[in-house]
Amino acid sequence: MATNMLKEKYSGKINTVTLGATKEQGGTRTSTVTVGGESTMPFLQFEGDMPLKPVVAMEIQDINPGWHPVLNQVYAEVMDCPVAWAKKCVEFGADMIYLKLAGAHPDNGDKSPEDCAKIVKDVLAAVGVPLIVVGCGEDEKDNAVLPVVAEAAAGENLLIGCAKQDNYKSVAAAAMVHKHKVLAASPLDINICKQLNILISELGLAADNVLIDPSTAALGYGIEYTYSILERGRLGALSGDKMLSQPVICQVGYEAWRAKEAVATEEDFPNWGNQADRAILWEAMTATGLLQGGAHVMVLRHPEAVRLVKKNAEELMVKAEI
Amino acid sequence: MILIGERINGMFKDIGKAVREHDPKPLQEWAVKQKEGGAHYLDVNTGPNSEDQTVDLPWMVKTVMEVSDLPLAIDTTDYDAMEAALIAYGKPGALINSIGCEQEKIDRVFPMAAKYQADVVCLCISKSGIPKSAEERVALAMEFVANAEVYGLQPDNLFIDPIILPVNVAQEHAVEALETIRQIKLLSNPAPLTTIGLSNVSQKTPHRPLLNRTFAVMAMTAGLDSAILDANDDMMVDAIASARVILNKDIYCDSYAKVFRQR
Repeated sequence: MATNMLKEKYSGKINTVTLGATKEQGGTRTSTVTVGGESTMPFLQFEGDMPLKPVVAMEIQDINPGWHPVLNQVYAEVMDCPVAWAKKCVEFGADMIYLKLAGAHPDNGDKSPEDCAKIVKDVLAAVGVPLIVVGCGEDEKDNAVLPVVAEAAAGENLLIGCAKQDNYKSVAAAAMVHKHKVLAASPLDINICKQLNILISELGLAADNVLIDPSTAALGYGIEYTYSILERGRLGALSGDKMLSQPVICQVGYEAWRAKEAVATEEDFPNWGNQADRAILWEAMTATGLLQGGAHVMVLRHPEAVRLVKKNAEELMVKAEI
Repeated sequence: MILIGERINGMFKDIGKAVREHDPKPLQEWAVKQKEGGAHYLDVNTGPNSEDQTVDLPWMVKTVMEVSDLPLAIDTTDYDAMEAALIAYGKPGALINSIGCEQEKIDRVFPMAAKYQADVVCLCISKSGIPKSAEERVALAMEFVANAEVYGLQPDNLFIDPIILPVNVAQEHAVEALETIRQIKLLSNPAPLTTIGLSNVSQKTPHRPLLNRTFAVMAMTAGLDSAILDANDDMMVDAIASARVILNKDIYCDSYAKVFRQR
């Protein structure tokens, strides 16, 4: 008896979004990153298109964040200088740099918007990959900083964020005026995620200028909530829901390096084995799990996790003969 | 839920006049307006006063296509006019509206559907009229599904209409129609689609919008996939959008009713 492959047909697809702009496009990037465009569930290329592979953004900050010793060891030479740090990440294979302006926080140095813009310009001058720039997380300050950054980097087609349900107008307007993309963050809630995308589109910013940050949980700490939201959003997008068709970013590094299993020493937990290996795998496993949910950009910290995730994504992109 | 806008029909005075005079304006205005209301298909029907449907219907199709990219439900029982209209439509995805369950109609229309890659509204009516029970209606639905296979159509190329009658004069039919919808969805895999001429339920009653939307929600619960209706009845479209959310067909957000219209 012949076997018929069951192939699902979807009516919708994920938006295709390009980040960064080369000289010809009005920016100064030497490479751009394009994500999205899928018309199928993650990596099921036998029943639909998955034209672009997931990418990795590596996280840096404008001030030394004092991360875990395993990370500090890797970045010891560069953590006090965002320019050197960004270059190092590109050496490690980062497709994009994710720059968090932590030093803008009132409790963390309270850098002026102009100082922040200068750091962004310096990083742009130092590396050729596209940039993701996010504020310090304090709404009032970010609303002052991000428009100045957006203006200073006009033409570079940044991804700036974060827009949130109760604070999206200032960053979305800045992105609209200076032609950047917006990172729309929702608190593990697909209803708020969808509504936020609607609110942004009602401001006049077209849906394909937005990427979704659904809020990521780490392995062992609620990753299944993120995973099922990713999957549900993807199914919604594929069945034609335009307000869930945006590509997805997962902030894996931040979450994974908060997990006890990543940071506890072998001395304290001998059964858990070598700590550095464990931490790297905690980050990599969180990311590879979420790749299966349909994430497009992974924000990571450790270069070995970056290598493992990129290798995994590459292997998954090989089209199976079916 | 696929909404088939009913308004471009020669039974309405403005459209009837426009069809007689080949005046594109009323048709095109309603095409735009129904899309804004939330319609996914536009029904086109010459009405009873067309002298030659093989001329008027293709004209209607072309006229509407000038301003709208929505797929069309071509509404006639004159199958020569239907074919002329399908040729005028010139692309896959039209909806043939409609045929009753009579073998000669199936033999005429199903090959046409396959040739022009159109879907077909199939009415659960036989030569002896509208059956009363759900069982008899489902038997007719099965005839359509079996014939689809013979003519190379998929079950989901069929929009099976269980037929609803006015609730003031044929009250016992509504519940049978609901049961029919439930059973049609079990007939095959993929299941046939279901549709209904929604406004019929309230003919000649003083409560038309209320009955229409109440029945719409009930029928959706039974598995209704589409309906021919007044796409500019906002309360109706709101009720349908709400039912879709409650049935977990669309992902909830605070602006769900607005989003439903934009799809």
